[in-house]
This record gives sequence, C-alpha cells and structure tokens, in this order.
Amino acid sequence: MRRIYLDNNATTRVAPEVLEAMLPCYQEAYGNASSVHAFGQEAKGLLDSARQQVALLLGAEPNEIVFTSGGTESDNLAIRGVVEASPRPRKHVITSRIEHHAVLHACQSLEKSGIKVTYLAVDKDGRVDPDDLRRAISPETLLITVMHSNNEIGTTQPAQEIGHIAREHDVYFHTDAVQAAGKVPLDVDDLGADLLSISGHKFHAPKGVGALYVRKGTRLRPLFLGGAHERNRRAGTENVPQIVGLGAAAQLVADGLDERMRAVGKLRDYFEQQACQRIAEVKLNGSQTFRIVNTSNLRFENAESEGLVINLDLLGVACSTGSACASGSIEPSHVLLALGLPIEKAFSSVRFSLSRYTTREEIDAVLEILPGVVDRCRQAAPKALSRA
Amino acid sequence: MPEKIVVAMSGGVDSSTTAALLKEQGYEVVGLSMQLWDYSRRESTANDSEEEELKKAGTCCSIDDIYDARRVARFLNLPFYVVNFEKAFEQEVVRPFVESYLSGETPIPCVRCNTFMKFDHLLKRAEQIGASKLATGHYARVRFNEATERYELLRGRDTGKDQSYFLFEMTQAQLSRTLFPLGGYPKTEVRRIAERYGLPVFEKPDSQEICFIPNRDYTRFVENYVARQNEEDESSCVHAAPSTATARAGEIVSRDGAVLGIHGGIHQFTVGQRKGLGVAVGEPLYVIQTEPATHRVVVGKSADLLKRELIATKLNWISIEGLARPIHVAAQIRSRHEAAPAVVRNHASGAVHVEFETPQRAITPGQAVVFYDGELVVGGGWIKESL
Repeated sequence: MRRIYLDNNATTRVAPEVLEAMLPCYQEAYGNASSVHAFGQEAKGLLDSARQQVALLLGAEPNEIVFTSGGTESDNLAIRGVVEASPRPRKHVITSRIEHHAVLHACQSLEKSGIKVTYLAVDKDGRVDPDDLRRAISPETLLITVMHSNNEIGTTQPAQEIGHIAREHDVYFHTDAVQAAGKVPLDVDDLGADLLSISGHKFHAPKGVGALYVRKGTRLRPLFLGGAHERNRRAGTENVPQIVGLGAAAQLVADGLDERMRAVGKLRDYFEQQACQRIAEVKLNGSQTFRIVNTSNLRFENAESEGLVINLDLLGVACSTGSACASGSIEPSHVLLALGLPIEKAFSSVRFSLSRYTTREEIDAVLEILPGVVDRCRQAAPKALSRA
Repeated sequence: MPEKIVVAMSGGVDSSTTAALLKEQGYEVVGLSMQLWDYSRRESTANDSEEEELKKAGTCCSIDDIYDARRVARFLNLPFYVVNFEKAFEQEVVRPFVESYLSGETPIPCVRCNTFMKFDHLLKRAEQIGASKLATGHYARVRFNEATERYELLRGRDTGKDQSYFLFEMTQAQLSRTLFPLGGYPKTEVRRIAERYGLPVFEKPDSQEICFIPNRDYTRFVENYVARQNEEDESSCVHAAPSTATARAGEIVSRDGAVLGIHGGIHQFTVGQRKGLGVAVGEPLYVIQTEPATHRVVVGKSADLLKRELIATKLNWISIEGLARPIHVAAQIRSRHEAAPAVVRNHASGAVHVEFETPQRAITPGQAVVFYDGELVVGGGWIKESL
C-alpha cells in the first residue's frame, strides 16, 4: 500500500542533505567538542558552524543560540530559566490557553511554587487580543510567553505586537516558534523576542535536537548542571551529530523559504478548496488569514475524528487529531475547546499538515479517498453527534 | 478483498487468541483497544503531596494492558489503534455504578460496559472503519434461528467461564454484527491455542475485578468519586450537572425495627454481607436489605436471606420478541449463581415478576437476573427488589 504523510506538524522526514551532513559526525568527526585535541577541535568547528546557521535562520547572533534536546526543553528552559533567575521579586507570568503542553505544564508547575499565571483567552480564530494582554500586565509581570504559530490549527499570533507591548512594559517575551521555524521568516528583532524556541524535527532535522534563542543580557538559570557547555546555560556534552543536522536543516529551509512556502500554501489551499467542494459540511478551524501555510485543520460535521483518522490510516493516509496521550489514544484538544468549539465539534476535527515534500499527486490521491471515508463515518455516527 | 473484522483487544489471553484465530481464518483483522478510564485517578485523595500529584498528572492511561494489546497486535502483524471512550465510560458506566451504590444497590458495571462501550461505541467505530463485524473474546455464542428469524445468544461451551450473563442486554442489531470465536472452546484450550501461536500473553492471569477498581475497595472508590464530583461541581461553572448525592449515615436495624447501631452510608453494604457491620449480637448477622429512603440497613439471620420472588425492570428479550404469557425458565441472579427453575410473568408495564421453585439466597437489587432455556438466553432484566 502506498503511504501518504500529511502529519508534518507532528514530525517531518529528515532531509537527505541533512542526513548527509550528519553522517561524518558518527565515525570520523566524533570528538568531544570540549576536548583540546584535533578530534575535539573538529567537533567544535562543526558546532560553531551549526550555531551560525541557526542564528541566521532567526536573525540572531551565534552566541545567543543555546542548543537543547528539542522544543520541550527549550520551552522549559526559557520559562523556568527566566523565572528562577529573576533577581527582582516579580511573580507574574502571562501565557495563552492554546500553548503547547511544554509551555502550559511548565506554567502550571510555576503556579505550584507561588507564581501567578494568567492564561489569555483567544478568539474563535485562535488569536490573542493585544488589548487583553495590555490589561493583564501588572508591575508584577516578569514574562510573557505566547506561541508564534499553533501546532494544531496553524494560527499565527500578533507576535510583533506582543513583543512591542512586552518591550514597552519592560517584560521578557518568550515565543514558542516550534511550528513557525522553516515555514515563515523569523527575525528575533522584528518580533521583539527575548527568547524563542525551535525544534529540529519539525523542519527536516532529526528528533532530539532544538535550540533556544536567548537575547544577550537575559538572565537564565540552567535546567541542568554539570559543565560549562553552551556558555553555562546547558550542561552536558554537545550532541554534535544532531546539532550539525539542525544547522544543515536551518540552512536548507532558509534557502528560498518564501518561494517554497508559497508553493506549499498553494497546495494546501487547493486541498481545502477541493475538500469543501467534494464533501458537504466541512468547516475550517482557526484563522483563514493568519496561519502557517502548511496546516489545515478541518471539521467534518457529524463525523468522529477518531474514526476518520483510523480509517484514513488503514487506507495509507497519515493525519492526526488533538494530541496523543501515553496509550496512543486521542485526547480532547484544549486548543479547539479554547476556540469555543463544543466538545463534539472538537471531536469531528482532523489536522492535515503538509511539507515541502508533499506533492499534488498525493493530495489528489487523498481527495479521492476522503469523501467515502467521511461518508462512512457519518453513517455510523453515534446519536449524540447526529443530534448536534 | 477479505472481510474486515474489528477485534476488541484488551491485552488479555482471550481477546488476543480471538484476534489470532480470526487472522488465521483469513479475515482482515483490525485491533482496537478502548481507553476507558484514567487510572491515575484511582487513589486520588485530598491529602496527596505535590510529588504524587505530579506523578498522576504524568500518567493518563492503563498503559500496561494497552501495551500488551499493542504487543500482540504487532506480533500478529495487525493494524492496531487505541480509541478513547473515557468520557462515555464515565457517564454511561461509572456514574450509574456510583449512583446505584448510593441508592443501596449492588451494581455490576460489566453489563453496561458491554451494552454501551463494546457493542455501541466500539461497534460504531468498527462500522466507521468499514468492518462488517466486531469480535470479542467473550465466552458465549451467537446463532441465527431461521424459524424465529432471531439472533440467539447462548452460553459458552465452557460453562465455568460462560459470560452470557453479562451480555443479556444485547439487541438483535448488535448480535447480528458480533462474533464470539471463543464460545465453543474451553478456557484451557484457549490457553493452549495462545501458546501454540506463541502469543506473548499466553500466561497472563485472568482478570477478576471490576477493571476501574483493581483494589476492590468499592466503598472507598464511591466516596472518592463523590468527593471529587463535588469539588468539580464547585470549581466549574457547569450548571445543573446531575450531582451524585453524598453518602449519608443511617441506622442499622433488626427486622422488627430495633436499632442495633449506626453506619456511615448504605453504599457500604450489600445484601448477604456479614463482615463489617460493627454490631455484636449472639448469632451471626447478615445484611438482609438496604432502605434508600430511610438510609437504614436491615440485618437478620442467615435464613432471612432466602427469598422466592423478585421484581425485575428494564428488560431485554433475545430469543423471544417479548413476554406474551408466563414462561418457565432457569433464572440466574448473579454472575456466579447456578440458574434455578422459575416462572416469569408480566408484572406492571416494563417489569416482570419472577417466582423461583425453591427460595434463593441473597437476591440483590442492582444485579441482573437472566433467564435461560437450557443454554439459550431468553432475556433478562435488572433486579429491583426481592419479595
């Protein structure tokens, strides 16, 4: 059976250029980047180049890049690192209700140690209202952490405006840009971000590597202790092969980003337009205008998403819904609920996410299969759904 | 293309063997496991330390059994998925279970789980993915009777393992789409088959308990559930949620009404119970009856537990369309009760009167009564009261 992968917001395939760049690090340039000798120096050189490549992608200086194990670590390091390093007794953090769990759970853990956290509501498109943010800021506010682009619906936040507001009030601004990197141009100065998280495997680097941008002068308490690696901000021997992969991927996606993403966007729009034409009662979740180009979160009224996703997988099409729990079953999406969708509508939603490797032919194949699958799921819908 | 069948896989020997047998018979088998309950809630109390809270927040499922099911599916090279019915399970099985306990009954959640989870939600899921039938590892049999044009449910061949009692609420539509491939096998044979296939779970012990209360402390479960429910009702703005009544203390009385002691809530008692009464009188005392209206628990002698009649409601008929005239059956009042001869006749609308030939011990409200004609399930209902 031919398999079609439309779950690129979950993870992506490693690009051949990236793999090629990584391979020498395993059996040739395998030194410890902290070592004095030639092996170590070679590794150190590779590390520096990767840092430069990542800095270029974000419009940052190389010494503002901290390599991590991925988006989750970057988010935790940013949020806990800033709060725990704060010399001033400010005890308030602002975030949104549709953040990734890496941010939400980190904030919830802060609450247990006496930090007050404001969870900003979003509108039906999934966007934070900057006026709400202004109203939430107090002299106690230390950090604003609002994501750049949402993983489930693709909605982009008014990040620039948020950064501006943060600057005005002398508050740190962290943004989780895990889903944005490689899909939209990013510039930490334009965004006014003090901290910004990215994750390699979302843009064709391997899993287990990411980075946190930390603006010069930002006080950050490390999560791990045990060495002076990464300018004292992340102890532990650098994972050189993965970091080299991250650098290569950063360079790969930065090259011709606009043009390539226009093509992905065109394909996504074609998919949505055709799906709506061929299937009745299909709605878009999130913002039509403000969203990353590869993501399409569609609601098939009166069809259960669990049935849709399983059915599509049996036919070779990989897509997803909500976020998976440890057993692998589907949990209700906090993002869709935050948009104000009733639970049964949240459970009728499926996310399709494309990549630079998705072809028109694949999209056409999915469009052939999809109407029948939706039909079958609607026919076997439980009563509660068909009543809704 | 071969016929597509969904197998409900729990990670146990029976459902694993079911999947293996169907696969060998050439069906296109898809394995589904149901995520029913957040097991991290199991021992939740108000006094948990922060560390324990965090530990719980990190676990969300009965991961071990689902892990086993996934392992078996991989071994058999079957597509496998976990479906999440937590919300439905809470509303349609756990909440009625708690309410039943609080009203002085002794419920069996497994019947409702079969009726609503497996043969409603899961069957729907099977239809959604294009399967013609749902197979489970139950020890029971289904056949179509050409003469009556009805699907019939029969006891499993292995009478020691027979589970037809738990399936009495199945409808004709459900039975027509169900397979019980183990119905004709003795359990020992099933283990042998599992071993022959090399299934990684062939030695796994059978599960006995109510799955969402593995420590069998039903009283504590009911109390924790109610406490949590009240907390949630207070903290959320959801209005008019049907709130579970709080457990209330009451009197322990003898059959002639003499007060012998005080108890902490009728949910702590079940008909026939001897231990934990906290009342000392010369001879052994048993719970004869619980009275939800007065919150009293009536106790008496062992002989007082013997009753000949009962009223059952919420009936479901399988081999017959309905009860036209009184019928002679063998009636089973508990999962581990030997069915006894009885006459079933219509009582009020939607209820039947069951009269046994000889008195039966501890007829318990909340349990099911299932009517058999030989190995055939005629139908059944829920015990409302004994007379």
